Amino acid sequence: MSTDHSAEQASARVAFYNDPKVRSIFYQVALVAAVAFLIWGATTNAIDHLRSAHIASGFGFWDTTAGFDISQTLISYSADASTYGRAFWVGLLNTLLVAGLGIVLATIIGFIVGISRLSKNWLLAKVATGYVETIRNIPLLLQLLFWYNAVLKALPAMRESIVIPGGAFLNNRGLFLPEPVFLHGFGAVVVAIVVGIAGAIGFAIWARKRQERSGQQAPVFWVVLALLIGLPLVVLALKGFPINFNYPQAGRFNISGGIEVLPEFAALLFGLSIYTAAFIAEVVRAGILAVSGGQIEAAYSLGLKPAPTLRLIVVPQAMRVIVPPLTNQYLNLIKNSSLAVAIGYPDLVQVFTGTVLNQTGQAIEVVAITMLVYLTISLVTSLLMNIYNRRVALVER
Amino acid sequence: MTMAEGDLAVTELHFVRERAIEAKPPPASMTGAVGWVRGNLLSTPFNIALTILTVALLLWVIPALVNFLLVDAVWSGVDRDACRELVQHREIGACWPFVWERLPYFVYGSYPIPERWRVDVFFAMLAIGVVWLLWLEAPRRDIGSAYFFVVVPLCSYFLLHGFPVVGLPVVDTVLWGGVLVTIVVASVGIVVSLPLGILLALGRASKMPTVRLVSTTFIEFVRGVPLITVLFMASVMLPLFVPEQFEPDKLLRALIGIALFASAYMAEVVRAGLQAIPKGQYEGAMAVGLKYWQMMRLIVLPQALKITIPNIVNTYIGLFKDTTLVFIVGIFDLLRTIEVSRIDPKWAAPVTSTTGYAVAAMFYLVFCYAMSRYARAMEARLATGNKR
Repeated sequence: MSTDHSAEQASARVAFYNDPKVRSIFYQVALVAAVAFLIWGATTNAIDHLRSAHIASGFGFWDTTAGFDISQTLISYSADASTYGRAFWVGLLNTLLVAGLGIVLATIIGFIVGISRLSKNWLLAKVATGYVETIRNIPLLLQLLFWYNAVLKALPAMRESIVIPGGAFLNNRGLFLPEPVFLHGFGAVVVAIVVGIAGAIGFAIWARKRQERSGQQAPVFWVVLALLIGLPLVVLALKGFPINFNYPQAGRFNISGGIEVLPEFAALLFGLSIYTAAFIAEVVRAGILAVSGGQIEAAYSLGLKPAPTLRLIVVPQAMRVIVPPLTNQYLNLIKNSSLAVAIGYPDLVQVFTGTVLNQTGQAIEVVAITMLVYLTISLVTSLLMNIYNRRVALVER
Repeated sequence: MTMAEGDLAVTELHFVRERAIEAKPPPASMTGAVGWVRGNLLSTPFNIALTILTVALLLWVIPALVNFLLVDAVWSGVDRDACRELVQHREIGACWPFVWERLPYFVYGSYPIPERWRVDVFFAMLAIGVVWLLWLEAPRRDIGSAYFFVVVPLCSYFLLHGFPVVGLPVVDTVLWGGVLVTIVVASVGIVVSLPLGILLALGRASKMPTVRLVSTTFIEFVRGVPLITVLFMASVMLPLFVPEQFEPDKLLRALIGIALFASAYMAEVVRAGLQAIPKGQYEGAMAVGLKYWQMMRLIVLPQALKITIPNIVNTYIGLFKDTTLVFIVGIFDLLRTIEVSRIDPKWAAPVTSTTGYAVAAMFYLVFCYAMSRYARAMEARLATGNKR
């Protein structure tokens, strides 16, 4: 009875505008109204502007002929036959190409530099530190412009191409490499590669199971190496090397044949990899430092040698700390690949948000699609890395 | 007697040292420079190989750098001929007269020459504010932060843009350029992103579902797309979204884009700080009867911001580097003034580009390195503060 009474008294004392629930509802309604007003205002203004500029909104432009050329196309594309939609896919594939290669390269450089920073070799550690401190503190855009304008564009002109032994040419128009042409019978090599990969995975699983059961170790590394590289090579030799190279031919003004690596692509790849590697190096260093020294001492006292200690004790524990920030760096690299627009590499932003937007004037649709693509790439990448992270994460009871 | 005799005999027969001999110095090969080199550089064959490789790398990079920047550099001249190998018939390094002649352009852009003192005053005001805030023993840092976050932005607007009533003619933002624009963009980002980031972080941690939803959507959306698309959105889509008479000028659009982008990143940094505050602090604040904003202002934020200072500074470093991206939407920041100058026919020479980029690199390196040293010093200071 008395509690009822006091509750009644309390609720009577609090005015309705001081009631947290009422306030919370009021704030939320106000926020929703403000957001809705912003969106409504923006939409009506946009409709007015578009009407006065005679721009038809909608995605009708997607199937219109593009009419502009793209310097690097991974899928067939031609200026007068392909549509804006096709141009979009060309740009997207170029973005994915440079981002994928960049991630691989940046990871390799980053791990080497990160481990070097912890090296007992004083000189190496200092040089690695210098690399990280310099590269991290210079804007990526500046580095890209430097690679492109000051390094690659300063290479000799077409006629004075640097000839690289093996039939490749390097000049300010790009790097020209021999293009492999697969002859009849190369299918067997492809089969051998697939079999090798499947065999390697199978052997690794079998070896682990056997070790868990009996404690016996198998020479996993050498067997996997033999299956992955040896088997395809043997089949290649048996088939009599069914592979030819289409060497680039130096003409007077042009080089025909072979694979052409654009200087824009090379500059973007170098710039992105070197820049992101500096950040990955810091991530790796922090991850290794996070493994307590006692773990290494315990491994040594169990009689493990330095190499197995690193492989079995340090790396698995460090990876737990490394993977989440590493994911962030990968995402940054993908997003930073959009800086391609500054040096003219035909990535998604350059082709779509640049040329297509300028030609069609459909700012809203084009920018929205571009943002959606990057959001999707970001989400998929973090999803994949989360799956991997779950594998390496600490399993607690 | 015999006992004493025996004792005497023992002491006579056996020599017992009464004090320890001085420790011998370690062998010469293990101490000093030689020992250090052996221990740190040449301890194992692998280590020797690493040292040789590193020395080779350094021998490749450092002489080339010194030659380019100093030894072969051109120190005087009036045009491109001074910096061209074909004319000078020698190895040519950096072209410093180009930088010297273009330096005012790099700093002020096309800001009218008689009005450039205003930019200098702006730089000085900003420098005072920065020192006041960053120097932890400075007097009255509360006034300092009010000065930095309120007085400086207002004064600089009237100073740089113009205030005809008091005799400061209007200077259109199209004329602004160089370091001025870089600093303006960076400081607007810095000044706006912290309060906005705090608001977004609080919104994301709020108990109200709509507020949480709006904040989270904004933060995740902005963080999921590249800055360049945000800038494109600000520069192409923003004019569509506002009525014609309010159409913002080019620089303002870029500023809005940068500020929103930086706020989303700042929000995540602040959120990390908020999560590090134990729940008891919130409960304690509520138990003594503080309202939400009082609790945040007096109890939670001071602690949360204190532990996030290093991360905030790191975000600022990223923001400072990201200001270069306004170059792509056609704003004359430092990088673009260099980009324009290096293709100027008057100075067109093979070394001009590299010289210009070297200047820009040094500018960013000095600023960012200083900021990162500050962040590290703060980190060390805060770490000792928390040690028991």
